[in-house]
This record gives sequence, structure tokens and C-alpha cells, in this order.
Amino acid sequence: MENRIPAVEYRNVTKTFGTTIANNKVSMEVYEGEILALLGENGSGKTTLMNMLSGIYYPDEGQIFIHGKEAVIRSPHDAFKLGIGMVHQHFKLIDVLTAAENIVLGLEGRLDLKAATVKIQEICDKYGFAVDPGKKVYNMSVSEKQTVEIVKVLFRGADILILDEPTAVLTPQETDKLFSVIRNMKADGKSVIIITHKLHEVEAVSDRVAVLRKGEYIGQMNTRDTNAAEMTSMMVGRSVSLNIERPEPIHPTDRVIIDHLNVRGSDGVMKLQDVSFSIRSGEILGIAGISGCGQKELLEAIAGLQPTESGSIRYVGEDGHSEELIGKDPKKINDMGVALSFVPEDRLGMGLVGSRKLAANMMLRSFRRGKGFFTDRKYPYDLAQTVVDELEVVTPDVLTPVSKLSGGNVQKILVGREIAAAPKVLLTAYAVRGLDINSSYTIYNLLNQQKQKGVAVVYVGEDLDVLLELSDRILVLCSGKVSGIVDGRSADKESIGLMMTKLKGGSENEQ
Amino acid sequence: MNNNTREPLIHVVKRKALPWYKAWAIRGIAILAALIVCAVITAIVTGYNPIKVYATMLSGAFGSARRCWVTFQNTAILLIIALALTPAFKMKFWNIGGEGQALIGGLAAAACMVCLGDKLPNGLIIVLMLISGLVAGALWGLIPALFKVKWNTNETLSTLMMNYIAIQLVAYYTVVWESPKGSGKIGVINPNTMSGWLPEIGNKYLLPILVSVLITAFMYVYIKYSKHGYEIRVVGESVATAKYVGMKVNLIVIRTMLLSGALCGLAGVLLVGGINHTITTTIVNNQGFTGVLVSWLAKFNPAAMIATSLLIVFFGRGAGEISSVVGLNESFSDILTGLILFFIIGCEFFITYKVVFRKNARKEETNHD
Repeated sequence: MENRIPAVEYRNVTKTFGTTIANNKVSMEVYEGEILALLGENGSGKTTLMNMLSGIYYPDEGQIFIHGKEAVIRSPHDAFKLGIGMVHQHFKLIDVLTAAENIVLGLEGRLDLKAATVKIQEICDKYGFAVDPGKKVYNMSVSEKQTVEIVKVLFRGADILILDEPTAVLTPQETDKLFSVIRNMKADGKSVIIITHKLHEVEAVSDRVAVLRKGEYIGQMNTRDTNAAEMTSMMVGRSVSLNIERPEPIHPTDRVIIDHLNVRGSDGVMKLQDVSFSIRSGEILGIAGISGCGQKELLEAIAGLQPTESGSIRYVGEDGHSEELIGKDPKKINDMGVALSFVPEDRLGMGLVGSRKLAANMMLRSFRRGKGFFTDRKYPYDLAQTVVDELEVVTPDVLTPVSKLSGGNVQKILVGREIAAAPKVLLTAYAVRGLDINSSYTIYNLLNQQKQKGVAVVYVGEDLDVLLELSDRILVLCSGKVSGIVDGRSADKESIGLMMTKLKGGSENEQ
Repeated sequence: MNNNTREPLIHVVKRKALPWYKAWAIRGIAILAALIVCAVITAIVTGYNPIKVYATMLSGAFGSARRCWVTFQNTAILLIIALALTPAFKMKFWNIGGEGQALIGGLAAAACMVCLGDKLPNGLIIVLMLISGLVAGALWGLIPALFKVKWNTNETLSTLMMNYIAIQLVAYYTVVWESPKGSGKIGVINPNTMSGWLPEIGNKYLLPILVSVLITAFMYVYIKYSKHGYEIRVVGESVATAKYVGMKVNLIVIRTMLLSGALCGLAGVLLVGGINHTITTTIVNNQGFTGVLVSWLAKFNPAAMIATSLLIVFFGRGAGEISSVVGLNESFSDILTGLILFFIIGCEFFITYKVVFRKNARKEETNHD
């Protein structure tokens, strides 16, 4: 390996933003025909490092060599000319255009869709993709959209590919398919850099691992010579236990009973069909499903945010008295004395107001307190202080805008506020999405504490390994229907993955 | 590789939040630069000595007791309109219909003066003028708000179009109430009995100034400390969050636009009943739009709007004085006002971003060793 010329070489690359050092004298290389996994916690500088390769940022100091020649990458256009392509976490496709139109978008020269379609087909055949060039993007599943993004990069002749958390939204089966494509690209001599948080995927697909921590390059090793524990301790800087606790539920009783629930989305499509299950006290109910299969609508229907078509959602109090929640807004549900807390998927767009201070965000739940015209500003201020202290939120003070905090700290503020309301039902959607290892474990512990207090906890998650370790029961959704409810202690990943894409009985489903 | 191609010459970098005094220093520099450019242009066009240009501006705005009072009175009206628009802007409801809301408020007041003048006791007329002016302004705010919550129409367009309806209504009533006949205008209403004229406090300029002070204090407290103000801010930041905590977003939009329109209507009542004692289609004098600027420049902070409205009125009157002294028409004053606004608004870019030039080549080389 030593005498090969690297496809990409960073030499002492430094990038700062104001006083923050995002990358400090990073030197590393990627070879041709190699899959490199780039590991690091949030804020360790992975994305900044990759953005300098794809022309979004320009290094303050240091050099980047592409195939042995020093390169000046001032714009994505420069990167494209050097054969570098990046597939971002958030897809950059135009919904109303077809796959082929999106792929040729922005290319110079004459527009020839027919020739492009032929070339797209060639690329697909070569690497084992399945893309329908004439399909509109808005009709595509997440995995199809991702495929279009990758084909787009290959179409432009990229031989260095950067994939930013490509598996975050895929099912196990889709992930396997993606990995086989990545291996084909490697066999073709391309260099692939993959950013991911999932260590078992690193083990499955990569040849080599490079680790960043707090902007510094920590080291690299061959994947076959290392293991999850070693990678984690390199990332975090100390050894971390990777086991999630799962205490036995105490006297679980039905707290929320959902019966034959049907929900139609604003676009007229059925989002949930004939959904029936119950949420029990003292238990964590995991909800699995590919993105867009109705998890969001389900939680929002329970929280009173999503209009429903038919069915019932009944809250059963500790005294056995039950209340219908359908047709009531969150304020009314709260006024009825139903202690329901909700940690939504969109933290800064729904659960919090990013531009406002921590204390003002605590006020979201409490601003109606008191009879008068004015808001009570002391209670939320004190609550913010308590949450910051108890959950060890890293922030200058409680008067800092929430958007200035890192993802993990934002989530601690949101979960802290929701738990402070002493809920009987706690709904959480993607509670650890984008969080680093430490913050994720803090959240798991908080959920377990609530469970042990007898709270009925719902955990919608995308990482099946975590769902299987944390949940007592797992509800699997497929295209808005309940595909099954399995025991968290005995279920296995493969069968849940299949249930996510096919309804029980095995019939292949469209989405 | 050649150093010249290494890095782009200019970077534009987003700043971290500046401390307030630095932000104001930048604004101060912008105002200074605006004054210098205005003086240079005036000097080139007219051969005036720049110092004399500044003296003329100052004297135009503050040259005599009367000019001072007029400046402050104009500031007060502009301030009231800017304050009226502010809660809507805080909610990200782009109400650019302040012009029409004020005009229709003024029309309602004028209607009371024309139709009820000398028929009812003066105190009662004034109360009716206030009520009808507030209600008319609120109605002009309510209509776009209803369209927005019912059919999600674009409020920028609907509030703008309501302006033209108000202007046409005033034009219509100008014909109906024409006095003296054939003059094509309404003329001073009730010139002898002064029926429906708002009372003078101290002198004829002070009433709008006092009202503006009261509304400034009210708006500051309303937005910052009241439950309504909190709701407005949350709706403005994120409708999803507002719904998530059970706020009735439609109700908040309607309530806020009623308030915004009513306060604009109040400005109209002051203009008609207190200052001009007549109504024309141009009586609001584009302050419904200038108010947008005042509110934005103050970052929607009611207290800071006192400064921004005074600044705009000062420059407007100063530029007007220059053009009349040097014998140019009012287009010249518009040019100067435009230049001044260009600097004041443009400086906000430098408060949010900073411009970084390429580091010199020598430093580059030491890094390469």
C-alpha cells in the first residue's frame, strides 16, 4: 500500500470558523479501489473535512493532493472537474423532474436526454443499481432518491465518492443493496469515503477506518484488525460501555388504546390504515418502519396535531377512567388533565424555537400559567437552569439561543422540558437522530428512568439494533398498516427488516 | 502552484453575533458615509461648500422652534405607523398595508367630522371619530388576515391591494364632499366651528407626540412581556411549534392584524382630526411604507424605533431643505434620501457578514515549509 499514489491526500489541513477550529492539521489519505470509513462524533469535523474536498469550503492552511497533484478546489465545479462527487445526507433533487432530468441538471453542453438515458442505464448495469430514468422524484422512495444522487455523481465521471451517512434512512435490506453497489464501485477502482455512525456497518463494508476527534486526526487502522469497542474509544477518547439497559417492566397496564385508526394526509393519501395497538405503562414500545410509513402521523394523531378520519385513541387514566383524544388539540388534551409529552422528530422546527433563548423555550409549555395578561418569566428560567444542571447541558448560560447548541444539547433541552411536565405518556420520534454516542446513551437512560417511573414510553427509531436492545415490544409499520407487533427480547433484525417492507403474509408491498 | 490562484481574493464570512456597541458603531459609520456622499454630490451639482450643505440639512429639520416641532410631529406619526406594523412583522405576517389602514382610519374620522359636525357635542364626535377610525383600520387589517387563514393567500399582495381600495374610496369621497365646489379637494373641514378637531395639548404639535410615546411604551411591554406577545413571537418563528403547544394560530393571526390595523387607523385619525383637518389621497404620504423601513431598521424593537423614525424624518426634511435652498426640485431631495437609505440599509450587510481579503503571499509561504 505504501508505494501507491493516494487518490486523495490531505496534508496538514486546517480550517477554522471564527474561533472554532473545525479541523486542525489533518493529514490523511484515501487510495484507489478502497472504501474508507470516516468516523467521529458530532462536531469532530468530518463533514468540514469532506466539504473542503467537494469545494464547499476552502482550507485556511495546508494542501490537498488529488492523484499526487496539488489541487485547488475553490468551488463544487472545481471538485467535479477533479472527479470528486459528494452525496449529501439531505438529497438535493428537484421533485417535479424525472431521475434523468435531475441527473443531467446543470451539465454544460447540449441537452440530450436520450443519450443520457442510455448512459444512465449503462452505469446502472455496471454497478447493479435499479433506476427508472423516467420516474419523477416525488414518486420515489428514499432509497430510490439516494440511488439517483449516486448515479448523478457517477454520471459526471466521479472516481472519488463521498457518502455522508448514506444508511441513516435505509432498511437493512436496502443497506445491503447499497453496500453491494459500493463494493462494485471499489472493484472498478473508485475511491469511496463513507461517513457513518453505525459501527457494524463500518465493519461490514469498509477496508480502512480513519478517526477524527474534536477536529484532530486521531489515527487509522485496517477494519479487519479492529473492533467496535476500539473504534468507539478512539472516537470518544475513553472507553464507553456499549450496552443499553433494559429493566423488566413493572405491572404494565394499557395507558393509550388505539383502535382502528385511519388517517388521511393533506395530499389525500391514506397515511394510516386500520391501526390498532396499545401503549402500556412502565414499558418502552418501539416503533419501526421505513421513513414515511406513517410513524410521524401516528404520533401526531395521538398528540392531537393530526386530523384523523376514523377510529379512536383513548387515554386510560390511573383510576381506569378513559378519555377520547381524537378531535382535541394539544391545549385541550392538556386541559383535560392528560399528562402527555411529545418529543417530535423536528426538534428546532416543532419542539423548540431555535432562535430563542433556552428559558424562552421552556416557556413554550408554561406560558399560559397564571391568570394575568403577562407571562411568568421566573418559572421557565428556573426550569431551564434545572435542566441544564441535571442533564449536563453544555451552554454558556440559559439565555443562549437554542440553535447555538450542538445537536445533543438541543435534544437534552427538549427531552428535559417534556419530562419536567411529569408525563404519564411520553412519545419520542427519532430521539437520538444525529446525536453522538455519549448523548445517545444519556437519552436512552432518561427513557429508561421514565419507564421505571411507570411512564408509557413510545420510541420511534431508525436504528434497528437500538430498537432491539431498548424496546420491550416493537410495533412494525409498513405503508401505514401494522405489519406486526413483536417482543423486543426475542425478535431479530432480519425479520423486522422484512416486516418493514412487506406486510405479514409475505405479499410484496408497493412502498 | 502559483500563489495567485490559491485562494479567492475576497471571502464573505458570516459573523458571530456582534456586541451591540460594535453594531451601532458600524451604523454610525454608515450614516457618516451617507452624509459625506450627500455633501459631495450636492457640492458637485451646485458648487456649494459641503459644510454649508450640512448646515442647511440641520436648519431644515431643527432650524427654528416651529421646524423642530414639525420634525417631532412627523416623527411621531411615522413612529405610530411603524409600531402598528411591528406585531404583524414579529409574526412574519408582512403587512405592507399600513398606508391603506391609516388612510381608511382617516377617512372614517373625516366622515364623522363632515356628517356629524355641529350636530353632536364636540366630545362625542371625537369619541366617535376615534372608535370609527380604529374600527375602520382594524377592518382593513382583518380582511387580509381572514384571506390568509382561510385560503392561505399571500398577505403581501392582499395588504398592498387594500391600499389602493382605500385610496380610491378617499378619491370618491373627495368628489362627494368637495368644498368649495369645483376645487377638486375637500378643504379644511368645519373651519369655523372646529367641530371634530382634536384638542390641542400645550401647542398644536404635542398631541401626536404624546400618543406616540404611550404607544411605544405599550408596544414594548406587549411584545416583550405579555402572553399575546409571546404567542406572536412563537407563531413568527415557527407555526409548527405554535401548533405543537396548542396555540390557536388562526386566532392569533386575526387578533394581531386587528391590533395592527387599528393602530394604523389611529395614526389616520391623528392626521385628519389633529394635524390637517382635511383628507386627501396622499395624506399618509407613503409613511405606511416608510414605517416598514423604520420597523426593520430597529430590528422590530419599539424603543429603537424612536431613533430610526427620527433619523428618517430628519434626513427627509434635511434633504428637502437642501433642494429648496439650492433651487432644485424635490427629485433632488428624493435622490439624497435614497442615497441615505442605501447606506443605512446596506450597512446591515456588514453587521451580519465580514469581508476577508486574501492573506498576503509571504504568510502563505511560511505555511508551506
